[in-house]
Amino acid sequence: MDTPVIELSGVIKSFGPVDVLKGVELKAFAGKVTALVGDNGAGKSTLIKGLSGVQPYDEGVVKFAGQEVTIHDPRQASALGIEVVYQDLALCENLDIVQNMFLGREEILTGTLNEADMELQATKALQSLSVRTVKSVRQKVSSLSGGQRQTVAIARSVLREAKLVILDEPTAALGVAQTEQVLNLVRRLADAGIAVIIISHNLSDVFKVCDDIAVLYLGRMVAHLKTAETTYSDVVGYITGTKTQEGSN
Amino acid sequence: MSAPLPPTAIGSGNEGTLKDQFDSYLSRLKNGEMGSLPAIAAILVLAGVFYALSPQFFLGPINFANMFVQAAELTMLSAALVFVILLAEIDLSAGVTAGVSMAVFIVLIKYQNWNWGLALVAAFIAGLAIGWVIGFIVAKIGVPSFVVTLAFFLGFQGMQLVLLGEGGVYRVEVPAIISIMNDNMPVWAGWAMLVVMALVMAGLSLWDRSRRSRFGLVSKPISLLLIKIVALLGIGGVAVNYMNQNRSQGPIPILGVPIVVPITIGVLFVGSFVLDRTKFGRHLYAVGGNPEAARRAGIKVGRIRIYAFMICAFMAVISGVFHSSRIGNVDGSAGHTIVLSGVAAAVVGGVSLFGGRGKLIHAAIGALVITMIDNGLGLLQMPAGINFLVEGGVLLLAATIDALARKRSGGSIARS
Ligand SMILES: Nc1ncnc2c1ncn2[C@@H]1O[C@H](COP(=O)(O)OP(=O)(O)OP(=O)(O)O)[C@@H](O)[C@H]1O
Ligand SMILES: [Mg+2]
Repeated sequence: MDTPVIELSGVIKSFGPVDVLKGVELKAFAGKVTALVGDNGAGKSTLIKGLSGVQPYDEGVVKFAGQEVTIHDPRQASALGIEVVYQDLALCENLDIVQNMFLGREEILTGTLNEADMELQATKALQSLSVRTVKSVRQKVSSLSGGQRQTVAIARSVLREAKLVILDEPTAALGVAQTEQVLNLVRRLADAGIAVIIISHNLSDVFKVCDDIAVLYLGRMVAHLKTAETTYSDVVGYITGTKTQEGSN
Repeated sequence: MSAPLPPTAIGSGNEGTLKDQFDSYLSRLKNGEMGSLPAIAAILVLAGVFYALSPQFFLGPINFANMFVQAAELTMLSAALVFVILLAEIDLSAGVTAGVSMAVFIVLIKYQNWNWGLALVAAFIAGLAIGWVIGFIVAKIGVPSFVVTLAFFLGFQGMQLVLLGEGGVYRVEVPAIISIMNDNMPVWAGWAMLVVMALVMAGLSLWDRSRRSRFGLVSKPISLLLIKIVALLGIGGVAVNYMNQNRSQGPIPILGVPIVVPITIGVLFVGSFVLDRTKFGRHLYAVGGNPEAARRAGIKVGRIRIYAFMICAFMAVISGVFHSSRIGNVDGSAGHTIVLSGVAAAVVGGVSLFGGRGKLIHAAIGALVITMIDNGLGLLQMPAGINFLVEGGVLLLAATIDALARKRSGGSIARS
């Protein structure tokens, strides 16, 4: 098997006396969608915050494309090519799609914003994901639906040539049709050779789109499964702690 | 991604004919993105009403030019405030910042025998320093700007008295400063100003179009640009022509566009350029719209806030220069009352107090509305109380429109 884009081992994180992550492993491969599942409070968001540099780990080894790295702030993460699509998306509603996609990395020509260049690149990024639901790239984000906003946030990571995209509950607030669209988008992201980690509480979404499933239970990774080789009820068993995997922990 | 991309359904809002553009403008209006439209309507209504009530004065040549001079001070202060209002902050001390800076200016001239040019530079540096301190306290320490600037508003009234002495009034004996508000440009210069404005407008637009076509993107129909230029030349032409008529009642003719007009337009142009076309401007809007999103995008939010307060203070000092020029002196009470009118003007013109939405031109249009009310009611010899009542009513109306428009365009009010 090839080198994972990201490989965590022995990750520990505590908040004072509370041990939230107690030695966690995780791997994500290019072109694959890895689900990170677990009950409320299992430590999923904490694990992700360490990867995005928002909240560094106390201990543990982080390997990016086989190289050991330290990620202490969001800039380092994004320099490596790690992009996180947070649940609250973090878009500016008063700006349009292009402006949001390039926020913080505007193209400049002779000291002023190169709007034409940015518009073209944004359009191409949306096209490369076969986005059909957006009418104009100059629409204000305030006029977009939840699914369209998710689309913009995901397309932004394509634009930034991310190697690893992490999505925190991307479909939690969406209806049936929009969930379908976003899941398709996630699939295309992986097909473009990006490693994708997706946090979700919705197992039917997980089974629809993910290649691998990693289950976190009370701060430990209790199972690494291939979606094709497991069942719904097994995963539920691991999540609730009624089942344990041989060899893992 | 090397294969040619298939034709796409994703547009950019630039496609289509003039009629399509007009339709999409109408639908934006319906969605609550009204910009300055209510204020422009107010200008027309006010002009009609006041003209009906006092035809010989209101749109007469004396008062017409006078109104622009009166509006300049407020326009500049209101435009200054836009930079902080865009961040959903406020600067209640903008007026007294100008007052203190002008006190520095006059004291340096009178007591230190400074050259007036250097003293003016010192006044602007004082303004920038004040803006930096306010911005630092707001951005880095986290005290709400309302409280910080209220404290400065109170404190600086005292500072003005300390610098100028109790009841101190100093004449400004600098002809160049005095002439800003009191002298006019030659007739040809008024026309030249208008031509330059049209050329700049056309030049920028053609520059954008050529950039777009270099990237293979469509632009809006060129007829739209022509319409805008014709409108500028038409409305501007009428105004310049009117101000170029002799408005003197004595033997010495008074005519021409007041000098303050091109200065104001120039500052507004530079400010708008920064807001619309630079990285800093983009980041300012982003921080105003969603500071957390801006932070995650790697924008140094604190730094943007500090710069905004510095720009606000700097432009407030320009407004202070206008004020001293108009009344001919510097005194300890300058700038105490103008700031609330400045906020009102911005809001009336369509700048959202919720942050993230608004332009400098909105402040200018709002300032014209407030000035017209002031001026018109003054000509009708209404008691000052009526004046305040009307202005308050207009402000409340504008703020209500802002809140309703925001609701309509999907943002929730409660969240701010
Ligand atoms: N900053 C913090 N200080 C103290 N405890 C924290 C902090 N952040 C998280 N925790 C604790 O760590 C545990 C794991 O939280 P985390 O947010 O990672 O869970 P999660 O798996 O993302 O849950 P959910 O599915 O509800 O989002 C929880 O018990 C939480 O209370
Ligand atoms: Mg969570």
